[in-house]
Amino acid sequence: MDPRRSARTVSDPKVRQVGFFTQPPPPDRSISDPPRHHDPIQSSSPSSPPVNDHSPSGNSLSPVMIPPPRHHSDTLLRTALQATSPTTSFPYSARTVTVPQENDDVSSFSPGRRVVSGKSPSSFPGVKASSVPASELTTVSVVNLPPGISEKSGGAAVEVQNDQLARSKPLKEKTSKAERRALQEAQRAAKAAAKAEGSKAPAAASKVGPSANTKPSKAAKPPSQKNDGSQVAPSEKKGGDRAPEKDRKKDAPHPRMQYDDASRVEKAKKRAVVKQTEARNRVELFRHLPQYEHGTQLPDLETKFFELNPMHPAVYKVGLQYLSGDICGGNARCIAMLQAFKEAIKDYLTPPEKTLIRDLTARISSYVSFLIECRPLSISMGNAIKFLKSQIAKLPLSLSESEAKASLMLDIDRFINEKIILADKVIVKHAVTKIRDGDVLLTYGASSAVEMILLHAHELGKQFRVVVVDSRPKLEGQLLLRRLVRKGLSCTYTHVNAVSCIMHEVTRVFLGASSVLSNGTVYSRVGTACVAMVAHALHVPVLVCCEAYKFHERVQLDSICSNELGNPDAISKVSGREEISYLDGLVNSDNLQLLNLIYDATPSDYVSMVITDYGMVPPTSVPVIVREYRREHLWS
Amino acid sequence: MAGLNLSAVSDDEDDADRDDRPVLSAAAVAAASRSTLRPPSLQTLLEDVPDSAAVPHTSSSGGDSEGKSKSADKSSRSRKLKHDVIEAVNELIQDINTCHEQIAEQAVEHIHQNEVILTLGSSRTVLEFLCAAKEKKRSFRVFVAEGAPRYQGHLLAKELVARGLQTTLITDSAVFAMISRVNMVIVGAHAVMANGGVIAPVGLNMVALAAQKHAVPFVVLAGSHKLCPLYPHNPEVLLNELRSPSELLDFGEFSDCMDFGSGNGAPLLHVVNPTFDYVPPKLVSLFITDTGGHNPSYMYRLIADYYSADDLVVQRRPTSGN
Repeated sequence: MDPRRSARTVSDPKVRQVGFFTQPPPPDRSISDPPRHHDPIQSSSPSSPPVNDHSPSGNSLSPVMIPPPRHHSDTLLRTALQATSPTTSFPYSARTVTVPQENDDVSSFSPGRRVVSGKSPSSFPGVKASSVPASELTTVSVVNLPPGISEKSGGAAVEVQNDQLARSKPLKEKTSKAERRALQEAQRAAKAAAKAEGSKAPAAASKVGPSANTKPSKAAKPPSQKNDGSQVAPSEKKGGDRAPEKDRKKDAPHPRMQYDDASRVEKAKKRAVVKQTEARNRVELFRHLPQYEHGTQLPDLETKFFELNPMHPAVYKVGLQYLSGDICGGNARCIAMLQAFKEAIKDYLTPPEKTLIRDLTARISSYVSFLIECRPLSISMGNAIKFLKSQIAKLPLSLSESEAKASLMLDIDRFINEKIILADKVIVKHAVTKIRDGDVLLTYGASSAVEMILLHAHELGKQFRVVVVDSRPKLEGQLLLRRLVRKGLSCTYTHVNAVSCIMHEVTRVFLGASSVLSNGTVYSRVGTACVAMVAHALHVPVLVCCEAYKFHERVQLDSICSNELGNPDAISKVSGREEISYLDGLVNSDNLQLLNLIYDATPSDYVSMVITDYGMVPPTSVPVIVREYRREHLWS
Repeated sequence: MAGLNLSAVSDDEDDADRDDRPVLSAAAVAAASRSTLRPPSLQTLLEDVPDSAAVPHTSSSGGDSEGKSKSADKSSRSRKLKHDVIEAVNELIQDINTCHEQIAEQAVEHIHQNEVILTLGSSRTVLEFLCAAKEKKRSFRVFVAEGAPRYQGHLLAKELVARGLQTTLITDSAVFAMISRVNMVIVGAHAVMANGGVIAPVGLNMVALAAQKHAVPFVVLAGSHKLCPLYPHNPEVLLNELRSPSELLDFGEFSDCMDFGSGNGAPLLHVVNPTFDYVPPKLVSLFITDTGGHNPSYMYRLIADYYSADDLVVQRRPTSGN
């Protein structure tokens, strides 16, 4: 009797599975009861071919876990996945070796929808592989994860977790109530332990692979899986080298246990190109973010310039530019990175006995982890990398190497052109309609989009004044000020402290953004929230200009959960005013901490309108754009 | 404002005296108006007490000896007046010196354990307040916003660290980001207006708005000598001081932007560097003065304790000639 047929007819009331568990256990286990199916939409189980009997290592197929049932295409995809999953079972098992490498970078930078790339793309020829709902990973053992974070487990983590799930599923059915309760207790304890460890690097996901082999015990598997789930979950855009911190922290009150496995730590350190030394005097609130001593990395990296293997020189150069702060700003960083990747792809040669797709993806991932070590990725960069990897994954196998490389380089050019350059033009076109004669416009910091808007409006002959608000420690507004005054705009310059004095004269506020998140929160340079708040208090409209490729599915309520910490010495030293040196000699005191935040989160109720290349929308429409438009246009 | 200080001295007993003495002579008024940049000194006002033939003295030098040359009864009265006034001034100086202790005594009532406190810039009152709480073994941490462009926050952070408090120095732009984790905002004031509004170092209005949004109490520490009987009309302009742009922009770097020879000659670049900010009374949760804690709506009553109704506005009464 077909095991899956019995799943439909026999329902064991004691065992309830949430989500899709598509396949029965591997043949080496003597289980006869397959997992249950709860989803009424799922109707293709009879059509799934009995393939698991053939899978060598007993890996199961990809379980599709509660996908968003909103699109017809989703159900199509699911059924297609089911139908094509047999062919992927082999690549699964064959690729467990390379999985750890991928996992680091995948979940490190790609919070959100991770295309199941790297698999044999031939299995998804006509299917929108981009809308793989596998990212919505809600398994039984991981249900405690808040839904907003569950998507962060990368697709690669999905692959490996599949093994775990397959094995844990039959385990669950065999256990009695008492055993299940014991299991749950163990899971809760493991989850609490995982939480105590703080944020996890993507290497945690890679831990899944070896840990699956090293912990064969029944009780250990679900806890370890959940461990990884909750460990992978908080890693937003985390670097792959969290390990050095653990060793360098000397007298920390609560030593952060990043990894249980000391070998994992060593592995990450060996892989790290940039030697990071952890900062002394970390601020307690920000222990989940990396905080390194600045100033030590750049000279170190510069000396290593000629020992580049396997790093490509263009990527290395871009990394150094990030580290030194020469390239700053979401669009600039993204474009520089993509062009470095273009160079790298141009020079890429497939090693013998490897496929281009998988090897190139692995190579790109290693570049990305290097860039993260130089400076944590911005959200725009993360989305661009996601795009690139999906394009690589969608290359047909029949292409020759040079054709594939040319196609990829074309894709990168297309991305830069459409998503950044043309998008900026559209934004400028929309925004200048909001500027009238006699306006006093306020802007904060130096946003490329806002600068283009102001210059274009000035070219059109509109009469307006600009107030440039600036803040420490970056003082980016001075650069914008200089460029505007050169072009002949009349400008007022002030510090962010004076914004409530100056806001009385202002008619509109234009702000740039590093990203707009799905709850409407604007994630942008620190101080934007203050400006937006004061504008809101004085009833001045706030317009945020942001390209749509920077939008993101994640949500954030405050500026502390996810941020970037800059160089603390920039706070104690004031550039240009050497007389302000009160804190000299105190920097090493235990009682003093210097906090240099880079970003902050502006609540959506302070924002009147978001101007994107899809039009002028309220901040509440951002998740709509992310879901409806990006999926079709970007990832397909 | 200095003129106000003078009238602040007038206690009730001095009031009676002042009413008795003849009004200022026209000459004295002229002398005073000649020195408009310098407010009339106490001596000047007092010298014109006896009679209209008084020689105007614009400075206090030599006024003493002249005063003694007047007739005996007038001189004794003027001496008593001078004595009273000088005593009141000394009391005022004493008040100012001791207000820190009296305010700091109330620290224990407001700071409990494991608190996080935010402040901006530097105020001696706040420093004493926090140290008093620390001495009573309350454990708390302090976020200090640096308070550009004077960067007084660096000084305060240095002081706090020296006294053993856990201090984190942040930039002013990070105030909104951090305020959700703060339990209380404690700041000093430059002046407290009659409606309960506060003239405070620049940046505090932003902090007060953020505190209101996150329901964090905004506590202002002010000695009672900071009370002002004026009502703030357009305080951002009228009660403000603009400082040099060089604190914000380096003139050397921006000399090419300061080219006044462009087009109609109007400068393209203005730099606004205000010193003070106005915090409206609805954003202030509590005033802690040396007489205790008060609501902003109560502050006008305290003014009556320190200012006589006649002296709320400094005026010259018309001289009636003697």
